[in-house]
Amino acid sequence: MTAFPFTAIVGQDEMKTAMILTAVDPGIGGVLVFGDRGTGKSTAVRALSALLPPLEMVSGCPVNSARKADVPDWAGPVGETITRPTPVVDLPLGVTEDRVTGALDIERALTRGEKAFEPGLLARANRGYLYIDEINLLEDHIVDLLLDVAQSGENVVEREGLSIRHPARFVLVGSGNPEEGELRPQLLDRFGLSVEVTSPATVAERVAVLRRRDAFDRDRAAFAAAQAAEEEALRDRIVAARAALPRTAAPEGLLVDCATLCLALGADGLRGELTLLRAARALAAFEGGTPSREQLVRVAPMALRHRLRRDPLDEAGSTARISRALAEAFPEEVPA
Amino acid sequence: MTDRWAVAVRAAHCLARDPLGLGGLHLRARAGDARDRLMRLLRDFLPDAARLHPEMGDEALFGGLDLSETLRTGRAVRRGGLLARAETLILPMAERARPALAARLGQALDGGAHALIALDEGAEPEERLAPALADRLAVTLDLEGLRAGDMPALAPLEGPAAEDPEDRLAALSVALGIASLRRAGLALRLARTSALIDGRDAPSEADLAFAVTCALAPHATQLPAPPAEEGAEDEPAPDEVPDPSPRQEALPDGDLLLEAALASLPPDLLERLASGPVPRASGMGAGAARKGNRRGRPLPPRPGRPDGRARIDLVATLRAAAPWQSLRGGGPGHPVQVRAQDIRLRRYETRSDRLVIFAVDASGSAAFARLAEVKGAVELLLGQAYARRDHVALVSFRGTGAELLLPPTRSLLRTRKELSGLPGGGGTPLAAGLRAALEQAVQARGRGMDPAVVLLTDGRPNVALSGDADRAAAIGDATAMARALRVSGVTALVIDAGNRPSPALRDLASEMGARCLPLPRADAARLERSVADALG
Repeated sequence: MTAFPFTAIVGQDEMKTAMILTAVDPGIGGVLVFGDRGTGKSTAVRALSALLPPLEMVSGCPVNSARKADVPDWAGPVGETITRPTPVVDLPLGVTEDRVTGALDIERALTRGEKAFEPGLLARANRGYLYIDEINLLEDHIVDLLLDVAQSGENVVEREGLSIRHPARFVLVGSGNPEEGELRPQLLDRFGLSVEVTSPATVAERVAVLRRRDAFDRDRAAFAAAQAAEEEALRDRIVAARAALPRTAAPEGLLVDCATLCLALGADGLRGELTLLRAARALAAFEGGTPSREQLVRVAPMALRHRLRRDPLDEAGSTARISRALAEAFPEEVPA
Repeated sequence: MTDRWAVAVRAAHCLARDPLGLGGLHLRARAGDARDRLMRLLRDFLPDAARLHPEMGDEALFGGLDLSETLRTGRAVRRGGLLARAETLILPMAERARPALAARLGQALDGGAHALIALDEGAEPEERLAPALADRLAVTLDLEGLRAGDMPALAPLEGPAAEDPEDRLAALSVALGIASLRRAGLALRLARTSALIDGRDAPSEADLAFAVTCALAPHATQLPAPPAEEGAEDEPAPDEVPDPSPRQEALPDGDLLLEAALASLPPDLLERLASGPVPRASGMGAGAARKGNRRGRPLPPRPGRPDGRARIDLVATLRAAAPWQSLRGGGPGHPVQVRAQDIRLRRYETRSDRLVIFAVDASGSAAFARLAEVKGAVELLLGQAYARRDHVALVSFRGTGAELLLPPTRSLLRTRKELSGLPGGGGTPLAAGLRAALEQAVQARGRGMDPAVVLLTDGRPNVALSGDADRAAAIGDATAMARALRVSGVTALVIDAGNRPSPALRDLASEMGARCLPLPRADAARLERSVADALG
């Protein structure tokens, strides 16, 4: 089924930027999208598959390996190298640990008496995206497991007499509605970027959303075709940015800026600085040139918002605190 | 379109015409004649609708291995789930559907190949269809108070084609405070379908009004601002920044749509607004004993079918199959013969420890003697801690702030030592005390405990969070903290230890979502009993 094109999503610039940054540099870590229902969170993630440059992979390989040499030994017979869209795997609520990590293939065990491994969702998401809607309602032990794998890039299965490890490098995208429950701070911190989405407040923007959605529903193929040139242009920019990323170095002054900002905000740990820097670099690679302070200011909210200590009485929330700190630290870059 | 039956009948016809595009129907009604009548109509339109069950397992829904057939034939036999067979799904008792099921169904609806009829029988306002699902269903109907015999036949709608339906629906959804962008789209689709069933090409005003009644009004979270009076004083001053909120910009006075929306706003909307959205955290820290099949203390395995959630207990399964081997032709030299009825599933029981956090008012106004009673009650509770696995923490507040006197512990000895030195006197920084208790509760939850807060005070806050002796600010801060406690979903109990029950404290307790127990002459034993009863 044709997905709604990424470039046709109205507004939600911060979310789109965050997704593009992780596409440029998957090492930034996952993206957490918190916001109201029906604001295009799932739409944006599901659009990624069509947007991102296709991957070369060995056909039949359970972990989407690029070369035949990388195909794990427990996999069955594999075919030739083919080109496939970047995998975007949905992880539903209520999923079992077995389905996530993979487990003993009960079917083959029962019928043929073989001890075989049935790969799970982590294997399918390798080299792509793993999307969890309503991550704040997911059971804790599954979240722990996911974050652990997302950090290490490897899935280790030691159960039912199986001993298997396979690569599982993916960008974790979690979304949720904060009114239904929060994530533990330890988990928040593991996500590279965090964005807040809200419904567009102006009628004009809402009408634009409505028109595009309506046009899409009436004739999906025509809508996708009309958007194809724009999708193509964005795809080319992402590919160019990936190539430019290794050459994009941050000047010394920017490192100082990162540290100053994190100190001013009292963000926990050093992960904040590192992500901030990586995100600024990715943005610079995407837009061309070297990372500037202006780009740092733009990525700071999404890189830091979820790393601040919470104050239950501060109604304004983390975003306002970051804007305040930014305005104090870099008065000339932040428009009043 | 004020006749609710006419709206319902039209909605049913629309669903029959375009079930997949509309997503489905959220029907809020008790089981009864009226609902049966409407469902009969829908069933005539959608004869192959499949009925789900809220506790249905993933295997049954999404398909999986047919275990008994596989074992009998000795080769893998797959069975398609309900979702693969049926396009339209009926979910009875929809308000009881687990979030996991709601999420899976929502995903299925997003796929565009299914429609869902959710029968929501919720009696209380909290008992509602999971919002993730409700948001995807175009039509919401409430049949409360309608009689089956009055159901009319479909009456065609008349009228000229509506102008700018998109703009007006978008403006209205802003005015009604609907955050989701899906709703206006679904309303538009519903209006078009409504025109189609009457054989018209473009939706008329009446179609739009019908769509607003079914698809927008039930999702309203605010009352639209009243239409501006002619020549009212809201012309912005020239140098003023225009109000970014677009309240009424595309809604002319007396708009038909606005009237339709106003006429069909849920009757309890005002009440819900008055109490404010009270999100109760769920899905985390549900501390009571839970039987599960993933972790915790192992329980004896039970016979059952793997439903995609449980794990098979191999040893127990083999043990169950062992006695039958000679009958089935298994045994030495032959493969073990396992049948479906041999399968045993693993079960575990998890029980999180409970932490009772006492927030004790040690100020001068709280009678001094009460402190001694509290100390006694804490000790009594701790005495039972070994049996009930409770932990206890103690926060005291007086003067300008709160302090944690006793970090979460189960040690009786340590508690006695700390309690004996509990000093009293000074102002009443209630907000600071609540904040300290909340911090403890959040931390405890992070460690997998199930926190409960017991606030013991006479309810006269006079020191604000900042430490200033400002009564008004103190009350405001205390109320804000009480709300924060409620939002975090911590179980709470307020014990009014004043000589006369204080209405202010009762209000604070309701902000906290807590019970308020006036205990004017609490002695240690009674206090302990009340706490144990109230927290279960």
